[in-house]
Amino acid sequence: MPKRSDINSILIIGAGPIVIGQACEFDYSGTQACQALMEEGYRIILVNSNPATIMTDPGMAHATYIEAVEWKTLEKIIAKERPDAILPTMGGQTALNCALDLDREGVLAKYGVELIGAKKSAIEKAEDRQLFDDAMVAIGLETPRHFIAHNMEEALAASENLGFPNIIRPSYTMGGSGGGIAYNKEEFVEICARGLELSPISELLIDESLIGWKEYELEVVRDKNDNCIIVCSIENLDPMGIHTGDSITVAPAQTLTDKEYQILRNAAIAVLREIGVETGGSNVQFAINPDDGRLVVIEMNPRVSRSSALASKATGFPIARVAAKLAVGFTLDELRNEITGGVIPASFEPSIDYVVTKIPRFTFEKFPQAADRLTTQMKSVGEVMAIGRTFQESIQKALRGLEVGISGFDPVHDFESSDARNILLRELKDAGCERIRYVADAFRAGMSVEEVFEYTRIDRWFLVQIEDIVREEQVLAALSLDALDRDYLFQLKRKGFSDARLAAVLAISEDRMREHRYSLGVRPVYKRVDTCAAEFRSTTAYMYSTYEEECEAQVSERQKIMVLGGGPNRIGQGIEFDYCCVHAAMAMREDGYETIMVNCNPETVSTDFNISDRLYFEPVTLEDVLEIVHLENPKGVIVQFGGQTPLKLVTSLERLGVPIIGTSADAIDRAEDRERFQHLITRLGLKQPPNSTVRSLDEAVREAEKIGYPLVVRPSYVLGGRAMEIVYNEAELRRYIRDAVKVSHESPVLLDYFLNSAIEIDVDVVSDGKQVVVGAIMQHIEQAGVHSGDSACSLPPYSLSPDLQDEIRRQVVQLALELKVVGLMNSQLAYQDGEIYIIEVNPRASRTVPFVSKCIGVSLAKIAARCMVGKTLVEQGFTREIVPSFYSVKEAIFPFNKFPGVDPILGPEMKSTGEVMGIGQTFAEAYFKSQSFDECLMQPGRKAFISVRDADKAALPELARNYHEFGFVLYATKGSAKVIADAGIPVQAVNKVMEGRPHIVDMLKNDEIDLIVNTTEGRQAIADSATIRSTALRHRVYCTTTIASARAVHEALVFGGETSVNSLQHLHGK
Amino acid sequence: MQKPAILVLQDGSVFHGVSIGAEGLSSGEVVFNTAMTGYQEILTDPSYARQIITLTYPHIGNTGANEEDNESAQVWAAGLVIRDLPMLASNFRSQQNLGDFLRLRNVVAIADIDTRHLTRILRDRGAMNGALMAGALVAADPEQAAATALAAAQDFPGLVGMDLAQVVSCESPYEWQEGVWTLGAGHQEVRQPSRYHVVAYDFGVKRNILRMLTERGCRVTVVPARTPADVVLGMKPDGVFLSNGPGDPEPCDYAITAIRTILETDTPVFGICLGHQLLALASGARTAQMKLGHHGANHPVQDLASGKVSISSQNHGFAVAEDSLPANLKATHKSLFDGTLQGIRRTDKPAFGFQGHPEASPGPHDVGPVFDQFIGLLETYRSRHQHSR
Repeated sequence: MPKRSDINSILIIGAGPIVIGQACEFDYSGTQACQALMEEGYRIILVNSNPATIMTDPGMAHATYIEAVEWKTLEKIIAKERPDAILPTMGGQTALNCALDLDREGVLAKYGVELIGAKKSAIEKAEDRQLFDDAMVAIGLETPRHFIAHNMEEALAASENLGFPNIIRPSYTMGGSGGGIAYNKEEFVEICARGLELSPISELLIDESLIGWKEYELEVVRDKNDNCIIVCSIENLDPMGIHTGDSITVAPAQTLTDKEYQILRNAAIAVLREIGVETGGSNVQFAINPDDGRLVVIEMNPRVSRSSALASKATGFPIARVAAKLAVGFTLDELRNEITGGVIPASFEPSIDYVVTKIPRFTFEKFPQAADRLTTQMKSVGEVMAIGRTFQESIQKALRGLEVGISGFDPVHDFESSDARNILLRELKDAGCERIRYVADAFRAGMSVEEVFEYTRIDRWFLVQIEDIVREEQVLAALSLDALDRDYLFQLKRKGFSDARLAAVLAISEDRMREHRYSLGVRPVYKRVDTCAAEFRSTTAYMYSTYEEECEAQVSERQKIMVLGGGPNRIGQGIEFDYCCVHAAMAMREDGYETIMVNCNPETVSTDFNISDRLYFEPVTLEDVLEIVHLENPKGVIVQFGGQTPLKLVTSLERLGVPIIGTSADAIDRAEDRERFQHLITRLGLKQPPNSTVRSLDEAVREAEKIGYPLVVRPSYVLGGRAMEIVYNEAELRRYIRDAVKVSHESPVLLDYFLNSAIEIDVDVVSDGKQVVVGAIMQHIEQAGVHSGDSACSLPPYSLSPDLQDEIRRQVVQLALELKVVGLMNSQLAYQDGEIYIIEVNPRASRTVPFVSKCIGVSLAKIAARCMVGKTLVEQGFTREIVPSFYSVKEAIFPFNKFPGVDPILGPEMKSTGEVMGIGQTFAEAYFKSQSFDECLMQPGRKAFISVRDADKAALPELARNYHEFGFVLYATKGSAKVIADAGIPVQAVNKVMEGRPHIVDMLKNDEIDLIVNTTEGRQAIADSATIRSTALRHRVYCTTTIASARAVHEALVFGGETSVNSLQHLHGK
Repeated sequence: MQKPAILVLQDGSVFHGVSIGAEGLSSGEVVFNTAMTGYQEILTDPSYARQIITLTYPHIGNTGANEEDNESAQVWAAGLVIRDLPMLASNFRSQQNLGDFLRLRNVVAIADIDTRHLTRILRDRGAMNGALMAGALVAADPEQAAATALAAAQDFPGLVGMDLAQVVSCESPYEWQEGVWTLGAGHQEVRQPSRYHVVAYDFGVKRNILRMLTERGCRVTVVPARTPADVVLGMKPDGVFLSNGPGDPEPCDYAITAIRTILETDTPVFGICLGHQLLALASGARTAQMKLGHHGANHPVQDLASGKVSISSQNHGFAVAEDSLPANLKATHKSLFDGTLQGIRRTDKPAFGFQGHPEASPGPHDVGPVFDQFIGLLETYRSRHQHSR
């Protein structure tokens, strides 16, 4: 039966901003769905608020709405576009929840729209814990013993019954948000209280603890004829107790016999049938008691998921693409398995002949107050995947692909510490993000496999192999390089040891190790990922390296451009860079080059084998990149799109003769090296804040005196503002240098005078080396001092004069020409007291490139890529800046709710994981749409709490008057209240926390405050007021921490809720 | 210290690896199987007699071996070729590691070779004869060993025309009582009274077939491959089952003759794999060797009547030629991988055959219901017999 002809247009719901638990895997799935359904001739309407996605590129749908993924906005879009059907299974939990809302609010019925891919009843059955439990009982499957609680009394009764430890999970939250493991009553009460708050329906599921059980996932696809296939089985290396998103996972399942595996397979299919997933992909999670094989169903997701993205990359079977086609009526046997060139249908089960390892990437260093232990609530922000012929090769490749400064099982434990053994045992038992390295260290410390198993419950099958890696290192450490003959080295490389790791063990340089390897002729070969273990010929060049006999790369003689991707997502380097890499690859492909992508992030669009001609799923390290370059001999390698990851390699790659195209490594260095940059600025007659580079504490104090406080301090060469702080006096500076960073000659610390109330401006330009065209000028809402990635910004600027904008253009163009930029350049400037200061210049793709591209309707990344291969801007017809006639605001999205206890204040260190975009005819409308205001804020009589630092007091009367006149009842701390009252505005003073009760936090807890304006500075003051902000976060009170954003909020509120929705195609007149 | 091993193909390709099983020399047809689980079932499947099995998944032996997962009393395969034998078997049912399992059963096996390369050679050139050699002889003189192995590979006559069914078959009839495996209980003897009597021809029968029949209320009498039809009919069976088995079906003329006779009596007949091919031959169709054969646990098979697709376990190097089907033999299933015939049904007799392995073990259970179809026939024809009596 072919596709449905009774529907013509389909609305696809995206996942919104990147947050923990819902990342760019939904861009991958959404993009696949758009493409799959477009090619079937359907009219596609897309909604997603995240401008950094490929799916929101205008070419991916007929009508693209960068609008909030919530039912009211969707109703407007539905009213306008009148789609026949909605596909809600591609946008994660956000899209599913939104679809349920649309149904509940009667929108689907009103407009006669049908849900395809997942019916309402299936979504509810899968999501509602009780319905799910009943369904499992109906098909004879066990679920963990559990209770449902809607209040603390019910919760406590449940814990009486289950005992400790037990597992708490709030209903309808994403990534297990708000859940946890309670080992005692105190923890239990704390987690339950949080969970009841976080669950939109105040519901908790309290589970029997299956900690230490083995955990498996099966990715199932089903069509309307009830044909079911298992695409992939995944075994978690970390047993139950750690969220699967935070677990190291391996595909396929390793430690099940066929008999046991078939039980899982049958159960997974039965689950889909019972839940009623009629078409599409789902994942089913199981726990298995390692002692007797008892099987328990943990959960299922009736949609594509993070795991299905992983499974797609792990097998070469594009689940989302297939699921989208099934949703419109195709059956599996009618679809072809593309990777084999269509010689076999999609109705089969992939067989793989390699081992895939996924390791999550964490950023606990960004949230020092957060507990850094892994629990049932997901905390990782990205992941790396590696493919090897064996588990050892696979996991060692994954470790070096993580980019956390390790090249394999580098030791992490301080063996010399007085408490070494206890620390080690704790790290084994109570896992943090480095547990796998502590496992290796445990073997280094002489522990046996049995002991390590006792503490970790990691299957011995994995443990012996890690032990073997440690033993190999120990043997090697006693030898010299000469002992590494061809056979020995080949055996080590087969186990996945990187040159860098071998070099570290031998205490030689990586260069020497590599040269030695080359001299022995030990080089990797490349095997193909083909879904069928070589049973059928593959037409797709999706490859991974290994040390074996036969190479299947089949290198062509075409002109090639290689794009280096960004590796695992992290805060500061996320989907935006993948967007740029994908665009570069698409542009080069359109221009007739053979494109080669190198990346190791399974969530991304860039690692979709359809995006480039050839995909190397490899760690983005020097060794791995050099080998591919050696094999492919590309005409050019593009490093400026993948963020810091490939950029870090530039110097080495260039030194080793790799043809880097675009801006030269020297120019990159001129922009990154503080002293060279200073010369550049001086030469051009531009200004930068007074600054200095220091290499010792004494020097820091001396230089700080010269520059004056406050100062922005940070280590050199960092992305995302790692360890960046603002210090207001010498004591703070001394503490920073002492505690926060290690200063040395190699890693100096940068001091910059902090422009206290400057307006910050971001400018993206593209250049062919001769001509520079401004992509966009963006004005930040938050003032300088808030990391640019965390600040909202407006395009075009909303309060900068045309003359000032022209001067900014002039300065930035001058910089780009001086640096001979070929490709993209991003500059950050500050405007204060009539002066423009250059804060930093990055001759590479920036985080704002996708946002700008959506605003101006032109892909900057594509233009930049073409510049790099020698096409001038004139030849490309892009010679003038496009200033849109509408306003767009980009707002950052933060993961604070995943890290209880963390202060949600903004500062120089980047903390956001994602972004949303609001589009409007005025700045106020655009800003309004970028925020998620509670509707009640627009009603009079709402209560605003104001507390500002001294520097902001001057601005207070105007701000307070505005809020008062809008209808807010004002509350303020004493200092602020006095300023407001003196200006003749009614206000009530409220105690600070330390001033006695009742105080502001009491009011927040009593839900007596609706909006907070809280600005603060200095370490102590920030610490003192942290509870206000963290309480506000928990109680979902809108909280703004800068005066500038408080003003913008007022403007937006005045604008009110009557927003319009417009497709990008409409806005750009296409 | 690991001992060396080599695999030599008839075309002279040589693979050097390490020995993970018994020492010695073994020749056969080299095939690959893409199933990621179930190596123990595969090794003990009599259909693999005289075949050297390459498993494409790199880690083989992860779950060790146990008494429950054998498909026959011994390893019939001529050898095993894998990429990696894990350092440790880890599974709650494991009783022995794979290396010991192979050595105790005197199976020559090689690891540490580029099995994907080998698979690609076999895929492109078709199944080939080869020889495995492992141990001291290889260590002493690798070149001489390679020459010896090559000679052995080239001396291997190939499976065409080779009647292996009678080689692997039981020597005398026996009754089967064991049921299918369940978690926690293992294989239990089926105690409820049987409703049907089925005589199963053992051409190399897998235990799980017998278990699935037993589980469905059959009293199963297993008889040797050469048992004449009158002896079988003399047992008054409700139905006759034709088992899977190794080698070429064509030379099994004794079986073809017996099947023809049985078919004439209107006794329900069900054949799997080799049994299916023999049923076709007995019905006047032809069989032929395939270029590569089907060996895996992920093969889509479509039911031509309903259009439904099942994922099946497959293991055959010969197939029934669809263009040779006589009018009274209808195609019921086809492979969605290569369109080859996967199921047949006699239009004039209660007889049908399935090319894949509905008994799974290893592999998906999707086609298990064809056993119910057989039971349905048994039920229908028994009541008919009763009426006619």
